[in-house]
Amino acid sequence: MKYLDEFSDPELAGKLIDQIRAATTRRWAIMEVCGGQTHSIIRHGIDQLLPDQIEMIHGPGCPVCVTPLEIIDKALEIASRPDVIFCSFGDMLRVPGSAKDLFRIKSEGGDVRVVYSPLDALTIARANPDKQVVFFGIGFETTAPANAMTVYQAKRLGITNFSLLVSHVLVPPAIAAIMEAPTCRVQAFLAAGHVCSVMGTDEYPPLCDTYDIPIVVTGFEPLDILEGIRRAVLQLESGRHVLENAYRRAVRAEGNAPAKAMLLDVFEVTDRAWRGIGMIPASGWRLSDSYRDYDAEYRFAVTDIHTEESAVCRSGEVLQGLIKPHDCSAYGTLCTPRNPLGATMVSSEGACAAYYLYRRLEVTNV
Amino acid sequence: MSETPPDTTDRAAASATSAAIDMEAWVCPAPLRDAPNILLGHGGGGAMSAELVEHLFLPAFGSAADAGMGDSAVLQVGTERLAFSTDSYVVKPLFFPGGSIGDLAVNGTVNDLAMAGAQPMALSTAFILEEGTSLAELARVARAVGNAALAAGVKLVTGDTKVVDSGHGDGVYINTAGIGLVDRRADIRPQRARTGDAVIVSGDIGVHGVAVMSCREGLEFATTVASDSAPLHGLVAAMIETGADIHTLRDPTRGGVGATLNEIARAADVGISLNERALPIPGAVRDACGLLGLDPLYVANEGKLIAFVAPEDADRVLAAMRAHPYGRRATLIGGCVAEHPGMVVARTALGGTRVVDLPIGEQLPRIC
Repeated sequence: MKYLDEFSDPELAGKLIDQIRAATTRRWAIMEVCGGQTHSIIRHGIDQLLPDQIEMIHGPGCPVCVTPLEIIDKALEIASRPDVIFCSFGDMLRVPGSAKDLFRIKSEGGDVRVVYSPLDALTIARANPDKQVVFFGIGFETTAPANAMTVYQAKRLGITNFSLLVSHVLVPPAIAAIMEAPTCRVQAFLAAGHVCSVMGTDEYPPLCDTYDIPIVVTGFEPLDILEGIRRAVLQLESGRHVLENAYRRAVRAEGNAPAKAMLLDVFEVTDRAWRGIGMIPASGWRLSDSYRDYDAEYRFAVTDIHTEESAVCRSGEVLQGLIKPHDCSAYGTLCTPRNPLGATMVSSEGACAAYYLYRRLEVTNV
Repeated sequence: MSETPPDTTDRAAASATSAAIDMEAWVCPAPLRDAPNILLGHGGGGAMSAELVEHLFLPAFGSAADAGMGDSAVLQVGTERLAFSTDSYVVKPLFFPGGSIGDLAVNGTVNDLAMAGAQPMALSTAFILEEGTSLAELARVARAVGNAALAAGVKLVTGDTKVVDSGHGDGVYINTAGIGLVDRRADIRPQRARTGDAVIVSGDIGVHGVAVMSCREGLEFATTVASDSAPLHGLVAAMIETGADIHTLRDPTRGGVGATLNEIARAADVGISLNERALPIPGAVRDACGLLGLDPLYVANEGKLIAFVAPEDADRVLAAMRAHPYGRRATLIGGCVAEHPGMVVARTALGGTRVVDLPIGEQLPRIC
């Protein structure tokens, strides 16, 4: 496929790594914001090829992981209703709520369906007029335009048995929140290329100025990521802190104007709790008032949600010796404060489990 | 909309709350593993499937269970050894590019026997049919079973038919069981994989899974990939004929090459080192997996095998495989190492390493 193989070329990667090595004179901590980038870094072993002084800190950019527990619990409650067909992207099915996940709801008889586009959910709604069809609209600025389009279409076509359970989150407020944290060690960011392909890059220069940090808009293939790191290191070494676009084949400064117009129409900014992080002001989108009839939270008026976070994390059992670390393949000694991986923890490919095992391998070989 | 960056007031507010934001202490939600019901993932051929066997079936069966309980069993009968295997087929849709549930039902069980070094002799076929299933469609499936058995040279000797209420099945489920005679020269089992072994795959991987996904409801995409479903006992016979010491054979079906290699690494307590650049992954499979966020290493195959052979035998086994129609693209993909016993580690194309873990349940397409 064009744009896949070309951006994985080992020889070119070697040259970029040489350039990064030559440019690096001291330790730097760089955060890749997006879980997709984390995935790519671990999948290709990029972190092992960088000079020791370059530390990649894995950011919170995994929509699966940061969706608040309360929303997951609401999704589980709605999905278990007999009159509901609950549609979701595949990897949300394994994300734990307080007591269950969507797989469990499905096993108990809930009509939970994996779709590849929210528009598929709209098709299901038209085919099942006697059912309420709900789509789980989560994700960053990347998945939001398709969700906005779906709600827009539902309203335009008068499809009243469709609604969206929304928990969208936004990258720039998260970058600000990370930089404001007292424990923050991040010295540069690789911004998420696909987020910028929608939103453009205007939101980032003020963050560079306020926090004196370089931000490099970066893609997802190995060469994209290495180029993003190279540019970040060059800025850090020369004391600059500006926005650079290293993903020009997909990102224009103004972003995608029709998508932004659609987002502006359908969504409005709201405070949002991020799972594992906490409340970040003005860091999410919800449906605007004119689309409120399509808001599943409003339509189903789910109350009586009692979230309970601790029960879902098995690392406690590991520490108590109740289970062996490999029984909980994603967690253990590695998923600790020193290495807050998180972003790909629930991903389809189990990248975090692989990362955990990889580190165990390093320990074994010492 | 939030294109405008947070103004100073917002930032002050962010600062007030972000005392709670400690990136160093961030822990992510772990997938739940202790469900009280059967989940789809229990049938995915990964860690959940293994847990079900280990923690439910084996304890429940008690001393009636033989410790092996692998894909096929080898039974001593007089002076001969018989391989015995059973498998159920629930693929959806029933017909897909390059094959059907009928082909799989024959080739799958034939291959389980072949992986023990056996030549298949006879199969049983049991059909579980959903009320309302079209007879014409069932006839197409049945013809596929017959044709596949003819092609594999195996007799269909006994069978059964049951019908379940409408809505309680996907049209046609098939179970087949088979027996075969194990070649006297062969001692082929997962436990025999050992340090130094060459790891060979018989051809392109991920083909069957992508072919089936390409026509699954809600996911239709155009691809030129057709299922690789094929009977492999002829290929195995050709490999044995070289006189090579074949330690282990497996067909990487559910869970793909990744799951199969993990099972062997654990069964034999060896490390397996993979050369990612050597993996034969067709462009169309790579593209489809890239699009869907899947790893070709975990995508199912139905006409491929993985062989562990002594290193000095690798060349002649490869030559024999490449001379056979089902092994033309046989490739050396790695080897067994003393390091990291029980684990599979791939050297990436860029020169890094990554662990190839046992998948948990079914692969799920990613959001982004």
